Amino acid sequence: MERMMLQLVMREEMSGAQSFLDYVETITPGYSRLDMCIQCGTCGGSCPSGGDMDHTPRHLFALIRADMKDEVLASNTPWYCISCYLCMSRCPQEVHITDLMYTLKSIAIEEGHVSENTAANLSETFLSYVESYGRSFELGLATRFYLRHHPKESMGMAGMGFGMLTRGRMVITPEKIKRIGQLRSILNRAKELEAAL
Amino acid sequence: MKLIFYPGCSMLGPARPYMESLTAIEPLLEMELQEVEDWNCCGATEYMAVHRLPAYALVARNLAIAQKQSNGSRTVMAACSACYLNLAKTDKYMADSIEMNVSVNDALAAGGLSYDPGSLRIRHLLDVLYTDIGLEKIRARVTRPLNGLKIAPYYGCMIVRPDPHHRWPNPENPTALEEILEALGAEAVEYPMKTRCCSGHMTLINPDTAYELIRELVHSATISQADLLATLCPMCQLNLDAYQVEMNKHFGSAYHMPVLYITQLIGLAFGLAPEQLGIGKEFIPSAPALAKIGVEIPPEAATPRRGRKKDEGLPMPQMPTRKGGPR
Ligand code: SF4
Ligand code: SF4
Ligand code: SF4
Ligand code: SF4
Repeated sequence: MERMMLQLVMREEMSGAQSFLDYVETITPGYSRLDMCIQCGTCGGSCPSGGDMDHTPRHLFALIRADMKDEVLASNTPWYCISCYLCMSRCPQEVHITDLMYTLKSIAIEEGHVSENTAANLSETFLSYVESYGRSFELGLATRFYLRHHPKESMGMAGMGFGMLTRGRMVITPEKIKRIGQLRSILNRAKELEAAL
Repeated sequence: MKLIFYPGCSMLGPARPYMESLTAIEPLLEMELQEVEDWNCCGATEYMAVHRLPAYALVARNLAIAQKQSNGSRTVMAACSACYLNLAKTDKYMADSIEMNVSVNDALAAGGLSYDPGSLRIRHLLDVLYTDIGLEKIRARVTRPLNGLKIAPYYGCMIVRPDPHHRWPNPENPTALEEILEALGAEAVEYPMKTRCCSGHMTLINPDTAYELIRELVHSATISQADLLATLCPMCQLNLDAYQVEMNKHFGSAYHMPVLYITQLIGLAFGLAPEQLGIGKEFIPSAPALAKIGVEIPPEAATPRRGRKKDEGLPMPQMPTRKGGPR
């Protein structure tokens, strides 16, 4: 018994004292209330993507508490979250479930867990347009995204482009905001602050 | 009524009919929209999946500009659900957390800006129509009542959830949209799926999941005997309209449920012509439904060119592995 305690204490010390739970809570903007989760399961029962997920949100939060970081980051659950906020509006503890899913996605990206991940690459491609132009740009986004991930299907892009273009629903040239430099300064400073957390 | 307007990227592209119809009804509802000057994209549901704090700073730049830009209004209105929620959440989280307020303002200062959370009223178009303009004023403008048109009211997710500023007392069963539709003379059908998700960006990531959700939404509207669906969001419209074609191919089904924006329906009821409202640019034609109220869509407004039918669907990517996760 004593030995077990000792091992636990040592593990705490070796992991630099900050648990994965603490880390996730610290880096999630606002107060995520993750520590308030009572494991009731309402979230999983509400989730429209539940059937595709490796773990329900409830289970994922239990894994975070158990400090099982690798399992959490390997789970497809955050990537199947479509930000519908149904779980969050029903959660009796008002845990910011959807925000936590964003946080877990971003950690997985930072730590390189996502090389083949279509969803992560969509987010990253989107981000690169926002940072270059200050606007998202669906034609460029879709083209880059499809060419990289779905070269076969990208032939069909012509069809989609055609349908959208003939309906006047597609922008052909990206628009750039006037003060893109200002936006980049703001984002760069925010990234410094984020890294310091 | 003066409003600061945040259009968002979609209104310039795929949701141009939304923008056109909003612009067309703006003077009739005595709205005066002033765009947030040099606004930037709000990051949708993507930026935040990569960077957390910068995602809020991205949105806060728009709030900071809106705050400076006083045009006699402190109401910022968005017509896109995701745009609205990002603005509302950023304001709310900054107001609730001193740390966040300090960090976001620190980032804004790098661009010579600042934002004072709580200083603006952030509202979705639906809220402005219902609360600020009001049913009376809308009803008074109706010259071509949508009598006999059965409409399924679709809210989607992000207007009513998570509702950072407590705008909707009953987020699982809101009724504002039904009331507006009825003020226009239409019949709002019972639509149990009205706040279910349209699958968001899942149409690009895992179409199988997306098709299921889209099918349920379209099916439910069909058995409610709706002539069309009314939407309040560019992404909802895209998913339910353009991807309805793909969903039909996937299931071998033949649903035909046109999807129009609330602003297009208001415009029709106010007597405006379909061409002024961007009607005819949808993938599932609304012409058969609108014939019920005697509205004809001139052929040039409807789908142009012939002989390309086969190509008109959207290309469908697949997840590399279905269950083992997107690693
Ligand atoms: S609904 Fe809330 S409290 Fe219940 S398991 Fe999910 S996160 Fe935890
Ligand atoms: S927000 Fe995400 S996790 Fe929550 S119910 Fe919706 S899809 Fe599921
Ligand atoms: S939610 Fe869509 S439209 Fe709104 S700004 Fe963001 S990307 Fe652009
Ligand atoms: S219904 Fe779809 S597009 Fe509309 S808010 Fe929800 S996820 Fe976004």
